[in-house]
This record gives sequence, C-alpha cells and structure tokens, in this order.
Amino acid sequence: MKSGSNLEKVLEAGHFAVTAEIGPPKSGSARVIEAHGEEIGHAADAFNVTDHQTGVVRLCSLAACAILRRMGLDAVMQMLCRDANRIRLQGDILGAVALDIKNVLCLSGDHVKFGNHPEAKGVFDIDSVQLVRAVKDMRDERKFICGEEVAGEVPLFIGAVENPYADPFEFRTARLAKKVEAGADFIQTQAVYDVPKFRRWMEEVCEAGLDRKVHILAGIIPVKSVGMARYMKKYVSGVEVPDEMITRLEGAKDVKEEGIRMILEIIEQVMDIPGVHGIHVQAVGWEEIVPEIMERAGLLPRPVI
Amino acid sequence: MKSITQRKGIEEIEAMLGSARRVAIAGCGTCPFMAGTGGPKEVVELARTLEERSVERAWSTVLPVACEPLAPEAQKEFSSLLEGAEAVLVAACSLGVRMVADQVVLPVLPALNTLFIGREAEPGFFVEECAQCGDCVLGEYGGICPIVHCAKGLFNGPCGGSVGGKCEVDPNLPCGWQLIYDRMKALGRAEELARIRPYKDWSKSLSGGARRMRVPVPPPKEPEGK
Ligand code: SF4
Ligand code: SF4
Repeated sequence: MKSGSNLEKVLEAGHFAVTAEIGPPKSGSARVIEAHGEEIGHAADAFNVTDHQTGVVRLCSLAACAILRRMGLDAVMQMLCRDANRIRLQGDILGAVALDIKNVLCLSGDHVKFGNHPEAKGVFDIDSVQLVRAVKDMRDERKFICGEEVAGEVPLFIGAVENPYADPFEFRTARLAKKVEAGADFIQTQAVYDVPKFRRWMEEVCEAGLDRKVHILAGIIPVKSVGMARYMKKYVSGVEVPDEMITRLEGAKDVKEEGIRMILEIIEQVMDIPGVHGIHVQAVGWEEIVPEIMERAGLLPRPVI
Repeated sequence: MKSITQRKGIEEIEAMLGSARRVAIAGCGTCPFMAGTGGPKEVVELARTLEERSVERAWSTVLPVACEPLAPEAQKEFSSLLEGAEAVLVAACSLGVRMVADQVVLPVLPALNTLFIGREAEPGFFVEECAQCGDCVLGEYGGICPIVHCAKGLFNGPCGGSVGGKCEVDPNLPCGWQLIYDRMKALGRAEELARIRPYKDWSKSLSGGARRMRVPVPPPKEPEGK
C-alpha cells in the first residue's frame, strides 16, 4: 500500500470506487463540512474537498479534509498550482500527512479570471504534472524538489485530473500518460455527458496500457435544472453537454427526477466501459443527492475493507 | 523587438499631474511612433486635450529614441524645452520614462502603459512573444513560448480548458498549447512533447531585483587619415 487510504484499498481490492465532492463554505464554519460528512459520508469511499474552485475564496481544502478525517472519513485534498509556489505546495503536503490525510489531487487550477478576485496574480511556479512528480518523489524517494531529504514518510495516494473532451484531442492520451509517468495513482475526469466520446478516449487509454497503471474514475455531475445544463454547456470550459440532453430535460415534467435518471443512465454505461475503475460525483451545491443516486445506481452499501 | 504601449486614460494622467499647470510632453520616435501612442501626432493631440480640459499650457516634442541617452546637443535642446515646465509627461515606454527621469529634476510621469515586448505579426498587429524569463526554452516548443502563449504558463501540455484551439480564458485567444502541438506535429516532433519537463528555474527572472549585465564596450575609433 502506498498510503493505506480507504480509496486505495477499495481500488486495489478491485471494487468499483466512488468518490464524491464536497464544496466548502465561504466561511470558517467547520459545521458546514461536518454536516456534509454526516449526510453523505456513507455514500462514497472518499471525499474530495475543492480548493478555491473557479478562483473563489473558500475554506481551504487542507482544513476541510482535516475535519473530515476527524470524522473518520477518507478525504482527498485538492491542491492547485495557481495559488501557491513549490515551497508552499510541498509544505501543505507535509501538513496533509501530519493531519492524517491520505489522498491528494494535483491540479493546475482554473484561471483567476473566473473567480471573485480576477485581478489576482496566478502563481504557476510549477504545473500539475510537475506537482504529481513532486509528491511522488516526496513519497517514494523521500526527496523535496530541491533534492534535500524529507525527514519522514509521505504516505499519499496521488491523484490527477484529465479532461477527455478538451483539445487537442489527439494529445489528451499522451498527456494522461505523462501524468501516469509522473506518478499519478488515480485520475478523476471531467464530467462525462457525451458517453460515446468518452468511450473512444477510454479505448485509446486502454490501447496505451494506461488502464493497468492508473485507476480512472469517470466524472459525474448531476444536473438539477435546464438552466444548469445550459450554463455548463456554455460557460464551463471543457464540458460538453449534448443538445439531446437539454431537450430531454426541457420536455420533462419533473426536471429533477429526469436529471437523476439521465445521470443514472450515464453511470450505468460508464460502469461498462473497460478500464473505468470508479466514478467521481460532483454534485456542486447539491451534495445531499449523492446517497440517493448511489442507492439507485446499486452502488450502496460501500465496501468496508 | 518592439515595446508595445497603450495611452493611459486622460483622468489617470490628470490625477498624476496633480497641481502641475505647465506640462512638457516628450514622445518617442521609435516603438511608440509605430504603435501610434507617442509619435508627433499623438503628443500634439495629448497637449491639446490637456489644455482643453485642465492644464494651463502643454507643449510637446518627440525624442528620436527615448530609451537612449541624448547627444550633448540634443540634451541642451531638450533642457531648454523643459524650461518653465512643472512636470514632464513621457509618451514612451517605461525605458523612455526612466531615461528622461535620469536627466531631469522635475516630476517625470508616464503617459503610456508598457504592455509587452512583442513583434508585429502583421501590419499594425502586435503579439507578445517573450517574458524575458532568462532561460529560454523556445527550442523545445517549436519556437512558441509556453510561458507567454499559455495563459497559465504550463510546461507539460494543455490544461482541460483548451477547446477548439481557443483558451479557456478568452474565446478570442488562441490556446498556446494548441499552437505548440500543431507546430511540433508539423515538424514531426510531436512525440517530444511526451517528455516530462523539469521544474523551471525562475531565479533568473522577474524577482531578485533589477537584472544587470555588462558587455565590453569597443574603444572609440581613431579619427581617419592620421
Ligand atoms: S522561454 Fe523565456 S526567454 Fe524564451 S521566449 Fe519564453 S519567456 Fe522569453
Ligand atoms: S486553454 Fe491552452 S493557453 Fe489557455 S491555459 Fe489552458 S493550455 Fe494554456
């Protein structure tokens, strides 16, 4: 075991894993995080907490993950190259270890332009591939980027993200390969709506043999309303929402229920795609729906290892 | 190489001028002239606008190359031009502002924003190409700088926001990584992009105080015919 995290154990045991995202509040309220944990803690194997997602200041991922750990839940700390240089990032990794956080997810981060401090300076001292490598070297070589020794263990399960829908499409698999080579243990993808395109990408991934080196968790974002689907199609870069989905929601009597049915269909199809080892559910601002979706998808109870 | 500049808003210029009522304006006959920000036409216009709006008197000149020291003759001329001025507005890039500030004991104020060092990709269209990082990697990216052309300065490939050749930051901005990928592919070198790039050494750039460099200066030539 690299980290002994629940997520790692579930994946290594060959189960179909479920991770779920928790959005932290714009306050210092531990209670908000705890409430999410109480509500959906039984419905996934590990919980990502976003870190200033889309450039909006919120309770940071490190602290929120520590709160989840206190509750006995497995947490995935998200780290962004946008907001910190290599000194801070490596220090936060040690902080995560000290707080018994066992999974990290390394991201570049959305550009500050989309957030509530669009005039901030993006850091980007290193990029997400390099961050993955840095965590791996800290864990496996016990070395910081500078070459100095880390005085202690860094048992972390390392995650990265990939967007199968972004361009240049021909380069996406090569980029995934880079993250795997850098040291990624698991990958959470951008939201899957266009299943055939995702399947094509997974075929490439399997052809390159990457499915045997890394656990791929398909991104799932439940849609609550027609407006949300339209918004995602238009404004969330790299998310492709097919028009048929929007038409289907528009024609529905109970939009919420139709949205859930659609998501369940996607989950069902995705579970059948070779190389997919789990799903990552991001019910942004709608965390409480996760148990219902998991129940109806037949993914509850979660394995206890 | 050109220093690409843009005129500051008139309100900002007036705020900098404060109580100064007599203002000399110095343009630059090189990059700002080409960018239409500090040539003869623009400095005269700026003087007129200021006179119409707020100052008592504004007059102007255009230095041939504002970032280079003036020859003694020109220096004299420039000094006499400044007589009676309470402030000097420089319609040149920041280097010109700095040069004038060195020569004058008056408030020296920038009339322009220095945007970037760029090239004229087509007539009248300037593109930033370099951030002077001190450790050039153009050779590994088909001549397209990932620090400048990628909105996040990524070294190892496109982020998840690259769609249809455009950057997530602005639908009119080409994604630098699409440019790099296309170029490398055309060169038959796309597979080189699969290599993980080492951490960048930023110590050579942008922090740690003003960078300096000395080069040998050739001795003045002997007058001919001796
Ligand atoms: S790598 Fe550095 S020196 Fe080379 S073009 Fe980019 S910013 Fe300029
Ligand atoms: S879309 Fe392209 S240029 Fe923009 S940040 Fe991402 S990789 Fe860089």
